[in-house]
Amino acid sequence: MSGALNFRRLGAVARKEFIHVLRDPRALAIAIVLPMIMLMIFGYALTMDLDRVPLAVWDQSRTPQSRELISRFEGSRYFSVGARPGSYAEVEDALARGRTMMALVVPVEFGRRVASGRKVQVQVLTDGSDANTTTLALSYADAIVRGYSQEILVEKARRLTGRPPALPLDLRFRAWFNTDMESRIFIVPGLIAVIMMLITALLTSLTVAREWETGSMEQLISTPLLGSELILGKLAPYFVIGMVDMLLSVLAGRFLFGVPIRGSLALLFGVSAIYLVGALSLGILISTKAKSQLLASQFAFVATFLPAFLLSGFMFDIGNMPTALQAVTYLIPARYFVTFLRGLYLKGTGLAQLWPECLLMVAFGTLMLGLAIRSFKKRLA
Amino acid sequence: MPELAVTLRHLERRFGDFVAVNRISLDVRKGEIFGFLGPNGAGKSTTIRMLCGLLEPTSGQGTVAGYDILTEREEIKRGIGYMSQKFSLYDDLTVEENIDFFSGIYRVPPEKKAGRKAWVLDMAHLQEHRRTRTGLLPGGWKQRLSLGCALLHEPRVLFLDEPTSGVDPLSRRSFWDLIYQLAGEGVTVFVTTHYMEEAEYCDRLALIYRGELVALGTPSEMKGELMADQVLCVSCDRSHEALGVAAAVAGVRDAALFGRDIHLMTEDAAGLAPRLRQSLEAAGFQVDAVERITPSLEDVFVSLIEARDRAEGAQQEFRA
Repeated sequence: MSGALNFRRLGAVARKEFIHVLRDPRALAIAIVLPMIMLMIFGYALTMDLDRVPLAVWDQSRTPQSRELISRFEGSRYFSVGARPGSYAEVEDALARGRTMMALVVPVEFGRRVASGRKVQVQVLTDGSDANTTTLALSYADAIVRGYSQEILVEKARRLTGRPPALPLDLRFRAWFNTDMESRIFIVPGLIAVIMMLITALLTSLTVAREWETGSMEQLISTPLLGSELILGKLAPYFVIGMVDMLLSVLAGRFLFGVPIRGSLALLFGVSAIYLVGALSLGILISTKAKSQLLASQFAFVATFLPAFLLSGFMFDIGNMPTALQAVTYLIPARYFVTFLRGLYLKGTGLAQLWPECLLMVAFGTLMLGLAIRSFKKRLA
Repeated sequence: MPELAVTLRHLERRFGDFVAVNRISLDVRKGEIFGFLGPNGAGKSTTIRMLCGLLEPTSGQGTVAGYDILTEREEIKRGIGYMSQKFSLYDDLTVEENIDFFSGIYRVPPEKKAGRKAWVLDMAHLQEHRRTRTGLLPGGWKQRLSLGCALLHEPRVLFLDEPTSGVDPLSRRSFWDLIYQLAGEGVTVFVTTHYMEEAEYCDRLALIYRGELVALGTPSEMKGELMADQVLCVSCDRSHEALGVAAAVAGVRDAALFGRDIHLMTEDAAGLAPRLRQSLEAAGFQVDAVERITPSLEDVFVSLIEARDRAEGAQQEFRA
């Protein structure tokens, strides 16, 4: 009764939507500029690497031994030795004002005791506000101090026995996939998944609601146009924009952040296309339900960005979440795209390993598109 | 196509407790210009939306071009043109792009496309503005373009919901010329309005008030048979002050100002006229003329609606 999908009607809608987008500078800005800004902000700000922690040093000993220890801190890329306080009051002041994150206090007897081979304590004070960074910084400091004491031991043994002793255990580790363990190589692919989800849903969330608001929808539903033709026609231009965004993000990732792509480019864009259809349809679905642009865009933001950001495994490791929350993450399509992109970018894996993620994204896309079409009613009330 | 272009049988639509359209029945003949008249909120748009398949009736039946409004909505949509109250083309598209869009939506056959587009541009006098953004056009021009887009597929029934609201009188006149032309070609036009002078242009009228059909007939039938009251027109000085005096004279059912004259509704114009003149002159007014006039449609509607309100008031008192 309702007739078959007609490509002429679909084409007419798609053409009209292209014109809308091309003539609306704000829509174009959201579509092209916003993803790039987000990529810059998050790409640069969200590094989880610890680098050059400000360290204040109070050397009460002032001996070759204490200077040797301090020079090890100075030589480390993880610390940047700055202030030289002369009292606990000054140490405390520097920590409280945030001028330093950590303070190393070397006691007066340090040089003497080291030279005589006796045990000595070195104090590290830290600003523990940010637990993660503190833990990391402490472990680096611990490694430096241990390294120094080990050397002292080795030196002592060599003097006694005449040759350097063999250490009982020797850990040799190599990081695969992200050899330099740079967090941006890990972050950028996940970030692309989050950005694509937000931008596409945000863009399409406005399109149906706008027509209800301006009244043009009343005209449309008085014509033979089918819901499926309207929805698919509306998707078309945003799909193209989404793919352009994807291309720009990949290029920015490669040339701005220096993130190499180890997997197949064809697979990358093919699966992105599927993910896009799902995200775009989610936006349309929100739009058909909301009937107001403001409500739709706010809802789209909450429904896409927050879960994609927090529950996709992009920011927080899913394995460390409470079990109930872990179960929720299976409903977040960005989770699969994040896994897929990281696999493809970092490990160069393909469909052989990533097919479950791809299949779930196909399912998500189909479901969302189906729901978007079904939820659109050619009715006023 | 049947002789009846549109039929309504006990058509009803409620929104919660509010009855927007209360069991209306009427027929519209093919090729007729049928006016749906009533104050704002009377249920005109709701009725038209049910007929166009945009709104589901709560109960009752109806047909448009022979198709059932309950079960054959998509068939109806192929054969009608609809122009909603609010301007509903796309402001950011040019005149031509809007025409092309609706041409695609209605699947105007390719061999006819260019011809129909030229017809719309010509009809709406927009040939020179085909590349103008629609949002920049004045109201009357937009209206003509909307009408043109609703006519691209040559519908046999045209629904116009207050097509001329907010349009200047000159544009309104030329809009009606178009409607006459279409009716002459056999198109049935179902039009809602609250402009009385527009109602005069219609072949037949339905007056609807608070969701109910109050009267149905040609404009002259309405002014004649349907009008129980007679109308006296009084010309005097200070008519604004005189109105109160005139309304108080026995036998006057209702009094209203019409420009500088006073129109009085009465059952017996001949008997009232001398008494009225007397009362006004006694009160110190200079009366120039008291004459019985043919009621205007506005008189008819005011009279009919007030009769309806009186009847309802009486009913409520009775119930209390």
